[in-house]
Formats: sequence, C-alpha cells, structure tokens
Amino acid sequence: MKTSQEPKRPDPEALLRQVQAAEEYESRGRLKIFLGYASGVGKSHKMLDEGRRRHDRGQDVVVGAIQPKIDREIAHLLQKLEIIPLQEINGYQVMDMQTILRRHPAACLVDGLAYDNPPGSAHAYRWQDAEQLLSNGISVITTINLGYIAELQDDVEKVTGRRVSQTVPVEFIRGADEIEVVDAPASACIMREGATEEDIAARRHQFAALREIALVLAADVVDRQLERYLERSGVRQVFGTQERVMVCLTPRANGVRMIEVARRIKESFHGELFAGYVDNQKLGEDDRKSLETNLELARKAGARIEVLTGSDPMDAILEYAKQKGITQLFVGHSMRDGWKARLFGSPLDRLLRKRQGLDVRVFPH
Amino acid sequence: MTDHPSGKLKIFLGFAAGVGKTYQMLEEAQQLKQRGIDVVVGYFEPHGRKDTIAMIEGLEVIPRRKAEYRGATFEEMDTEAILVRHPAVCIVDEFPHTNVPGSKWNKRWEDVLAMLAAGIDVYTTMNIQHLESLNDQVAQISGVRVRETIPDWVMEQASEVVMVDLTPRALLNRLDRGVVYSPEKAKLAINNFFRESTLAALREMALRQTAHEVGARHGDSESERNSPQGIPPNRSDEKLMVVVSQDPASVALIRRAKRVADFICADCMAVAVMKPGEKNPQVRAKIEKHLNFARNLHVDARILESPETAEALVQLARANNITQIYMLWPKRSPWLPLFIRNDLQKVVRLARDMQVTIVDDRRYLQEQDRQKEAAPTRPPA
Repeated sequence: MKTSQEPKRPDPEALLRQVQAAEEYESRGRLKIFLGYASGVGKSHKMLDEGRRRHDRGQDVVVGAIQPKIDREIAHLLQKLEIIPLQEINGYQVMDMQTILRRHPAACLVDGLAYDNPPGSAHAYRWQDAEQLLSNGISVITTINLGYIAELQDDVEKVTGRRVSQTVPVEFIRGADEIEVVDAPASACIMREGATEEDIAARRHQFAALREIALVLAADVVDRQLERYLERSGVRQVFGTQERVMVCLTPRANGVRMIEVARRIKESFHGELFAGYVDNQKLGEDDRKSLETNLELARKAGARIEVLTGSDPMDAILEYAKQKGITQLFVGHSMRDGWKARLFGSPLDRLLRKRQGLDVRVFPH
Repeated sequence: MTDHPSGKLKIFLGFAAGVGKTYQMLEEAQQLKQRGIDVVVGYFEPHGRKDTIAMIEGLEVIPRRKAEYRGATFEEMDTEAILVRHPAVCIVDEFPHTNVPGSKWNKRWEDVLAMLAAGIDVYTTMNIQHLESLNDQVAQISGVRVRETIPDWVMEQASEVVMVDLTPRALLNRLDRGVVYSPEKAKLAINNFFRESTLAALREMALRQTAHEVGARHGDSESERNSPQGIPPNRSDEKLMVVVSQDPASVALIRRAKRVADFICADCMAVAVMKPGEKNPQVRAKIEKHLNFARNLHVDARILESPETAEALVQLARANNITQIYMLWPKRSPWLPLFIRNDLQKVVRLARDMQVTIVDDRRYLQEQDRQKEAAPTRPPA
C-alpha cells in the first residue's frame, strides 16, 4: 500500500499533457451556463444580471444575442449594457460574429444557445458561434433549457411529453467552466386560474423530475471541471465523487448478472458504467461468442467498452480502473481453483491485494 | 415513521459556509410570515453577516437557554420553550450541531425530531460534508474528518431537500470580500474546505445528493424511467450483510455498505463473529463499539459466537436470504503461508450464491489525514 505515497518520477507524457491543458485553459474564454428546466423562470434575467455585475466591476461585457420577447425588467438591465444587435437573415436571428470578433470584448452574453443559423452560414448552430468566441479568448455567458440538450431529449420528453427541434450537444454543456441551475420557484407550479389540486400536484411532480435531471447534469459538469483542474495542477487523485462501476468481462463470467447489477448501481447513483475485457487471442469459438454476447449486453446497458491489453490481465484492469477513477470493480470468480492457485494465490487474490481506492465485488460462477 | 401527527422537515443543503443557506431559509420564513403563517426562529447563527442579520427583522425569536458546563456558559436552542410556544413552523440553523453535555437532547437533530413529533414543521440548514455516509469521502477529499454528522435516515425524514448553490468561484470571491468570515478567519478557512478543488468536489457531491433526494421523493428516478414495463425499482430483492470486526476500518465499511443499500433500496444488517469465550475485553469492546455505530445508522446488528468465522457468516447469510456480503480485506500476519486461506477467501468459496464485496479502506489515499476537528458550521476560532 505504500506505493501510492511514494513520489513517482514525473511521466514526461503526463507533464506535456499538463502543460498543454494549462496553456489551452489560459488562452480560451470561460463558458458560464445558466441551466433551466422550465421556461419563464428567469434564466435570461440571471444572465443579464451577471453581465451587469461584471460590467460594474469593470469587465468589458457586450450582449451578443438576446431573445426577441423581453419584459420590462430585462429591458431595464439591457440599458446598462452594450448591445451588438442580432442580424436578420432569411427570417433567422443571427449573431453578428464579425462585429463581435472585431470588437473582442472580455465577455459576451449569448441568450438562446439552441438557435439554428440559416442554411449557408459559417456555423449551422449558434452554439458553434459561441465555441468560436471561446476559442478566440472571449468568455461566453449563456442560457439553455434542459429540453434543448440533444442527449437529454428522450428523458425530458418522457416527463413533459414535448420535444423541440433545435438542440445543443451535451458535450458542449459539459465543457462549461461554470454552471448554475436556475430553479423554478414554487409559484411556477400554479399555472393558471382554476388549476385543480391534481394539476398542481402533477406539475410539481414534473418539475421535480426535471430538476433531478438538471442537478445530475450540473454535477457532471462540475465533475469535468474538477478533472480538468486536477489535470492542470498535475494531481492524480481520485475523488470518488461519482460512482463509476466497471465490469470485467470474461467468457466464463456470469456477464448477464454482472451487467444487470452494475446497471442498477449506475442508475441509482446516477453514475457511469464501464465494461472491460483483456484481449486474449487464444479464445475458442464458443468463448468468443459468449464474450461477444456479453459485450453487446454491456453496450445496451450504456457501458463504455474498453479492450485492455497487457501481459498481466489483472495489472491491465487495475491500471485502467485507476486512470478512470473507478469506484467499484465487478469481477467473476470461478470456484474451481487449480493447484497453482491454491499454492500461489489465484489471480483474484492478487487483484484484491493490489486494489487501491476501489471496492471489488466478486460474482461467483 | 409514526402514526401521530408529525411536522414536515425541510432541509436547505449547501456545500460550504457562506453559500447562503441561512439567508435563503430566512427569506422563505419571511414569505411564510407574510402569508400569515405562525413562524418563529428557534435558533439562528448570525456569523456577523449583515445581509443575513437584516433578514431576521420582524421575525419572532425564541430566546436561547443558558447552560453551564465546566464553569463556562453556553447558549443552546430552547427546545422546551419552542414546544410550549408550538408555532406552525420553526427555523433551526445548523442542523448537525452537538449540544453542550447535560442537555436533554445530545444532538440538535434530536431536538428537531422532537419538534416534528409534536407536529411542528421545521426548516433547517446543513452542509453536505455532515452527511454520515459521505464522511470517509469528505475526509479523503478535504483531509478533514468531520465529527458532527447527520445520519442518513434523519435526512430521509425530510419531505423536501433544496440545494443552496453557488459556484466555487463566486464563493471564494465572497470570502475575499470578507462576507463569509472576517479576513483573518478567512485565511484559516482557505486551508481546509476552501480550496477550489475541494469546493468543486463538495459541490458535486451536494448536487448528486440533492438529485437523489429529489428522485427518491418523487419516484421518478432515472431507473424508473428506464426500467422495462415501467416497474418501479423501489422494492429491492437485494439484502446486504456487513461483516464487522475489531478493525477500525469497520466504520468506513458500515457507512459504505449502508449507502449502497440505501441507494438500491435494500435492507442491510451487520454481524460480527467472535471466538467462543473471547477473553480479550478490548476485542469485545471494539466490536461492540462498531456494532453500536451500525445501530445508530439504523442497521440491525448482532454478534455470533463461533470458532469457524466463515462458516458461521455464510450460514447466517443463508438463513437471512442475504444476496450481498460486504467485508474488509483481512489483515493477516505476513508469515502465514499463502495456501492458508483467510476468512474472506473462505467466505467467497462458501457463499457461492452471493456476491461478496471487498470494501477498500480508503484512508491511506488521503493526502494527509490531519484528523482535525472540523467545525465548518462555526467559523474557525
């Protein structure tokens, strides 16, 4: 166990990655997202308020895009800020990228991140404009509604029964430097005059479900921030803030059971699922087939699949687990130990001795 | 929980001092008062923050009681006065607080349970680092061992958990401006909980916990949406057994197993095996301590006496329909030959129909285990 404490000679590759990460971080603008899950809860207001506060602190802030419909309060906030008006092209509202890039403010407010640009534009989507601002060193403060995030649309539709056509990929959101969930106030549950108790209860239930999804997304964003932060500072510490289950598949292991249990853990903890197997050329036809079946199952359960290589399978698994910050490792174990295992310990014994910072769950087969 | 009228508990959950928990709680108290609801402040910790102090204006405050202990005077919440006054809603700051010895209730959360049982609604505040089941992770992340904890089953009593959120950067800005602590105290605070990475990790934990609490209360969790034929996963066919020993890592093991059990809605029991007529009173005392720890987390705990540890464990597991066994890697003498199996290996062999989880004692992963008394609910002195 001492090995984890001993200072290791820095790996040049890792150092390079660290330097590159730090450089990229320095030259890029910062992305801040106000994430909402119901419309009309004041995301735009929050964004503008942040812009005004930064402006008051002396930061060079401009408004690059604002929704067409604004209320009096927002109009009031807008008065204090410099606006680079949207251009209207073929009925589309488009950010004036040329002007913004030339003007090169410290920060640009971009409302309505999920808007499409007209066909033939340099970028098909507004979020790509935002990405360009970031890579040019301009910070972006923006708003988005949960329902407009591509990969979450199925989940949101199950709750609301509605689906929009314009979306932003979740990867863009996950790359944010800061995220804030804009909660729907309790009063948002009271929809209109004459709403019955049941209406309100249903609405409340709906908000709770959406809020859960939003909180998990925000947690994922924070997890990424943390990862990048640790990478920049060269720390390789696993914080274990998120459950990450890894299933080690072998042809003989009870893959069906292992994957099912892992999927349930992943879902109840809102965690991540990995499945790995160590490549072995010597597999027979039957074994290869059963491995294929298990891999397909794992894929369906939403696992990230990794083929591991290495002279020692257990070392390969442990190294990968450490790298990915795995918290729970699932392994199959046969009850039929040979004399070698009896004398020198089975591979499982060695795995258990060397495990660090993770729980190992043994599935008999 | 009980069939007599019980008040509702609302928890304002944060991840550090200064995110605005008390402020938001008092803001809601003011709204209640405006709507004509009978609300009083049972306990409030101003921390010298002007905005927060202004927020209490116009609210009825129940005076604190004075308690003498070892020649010093302490001020505690006067729960008995609150029970007599019997408001509709009582505001109680700093849920994880430990009362001065000699108080009727040891822990403030016990005061709160008494109010709830009397039918009083309670609003209270706490930080994620005080949740019992996250104690080891918090220690690993921050290097601080938090002593004042809220058992998870107490948090479960809440009918609502709201997260009071702020980005770590905004919080650090506040700290710089001296809003949270006075400047010299702020310097101290930066050393433990207030590093940006620590704050981010704690914030992530709070976000995930809140998502879990929201999902658990509305039964619309990810697993339910994804489960085939919409079968609610609430009832679990899993049952966990934790194997406790005199090893101090048993505490972390119990926390870990209980957290997993709670998340998959499974029952959890703890058991220790002792040799018949165990003579060493220290061994017995350590095991008892660990089993009591389990009981405080609402884990059913018992001792078995048997010369054959593994056999006794597996037999008990079978009799109780256990599906998963949680154990530590046994510390064995290095001079034992490899082919002598330890209890864990024996259990794995015998419990063929069960999953066996070996929980890692993560303590050595901490950068430094400073074992400091952390009191983030109070400014460092």
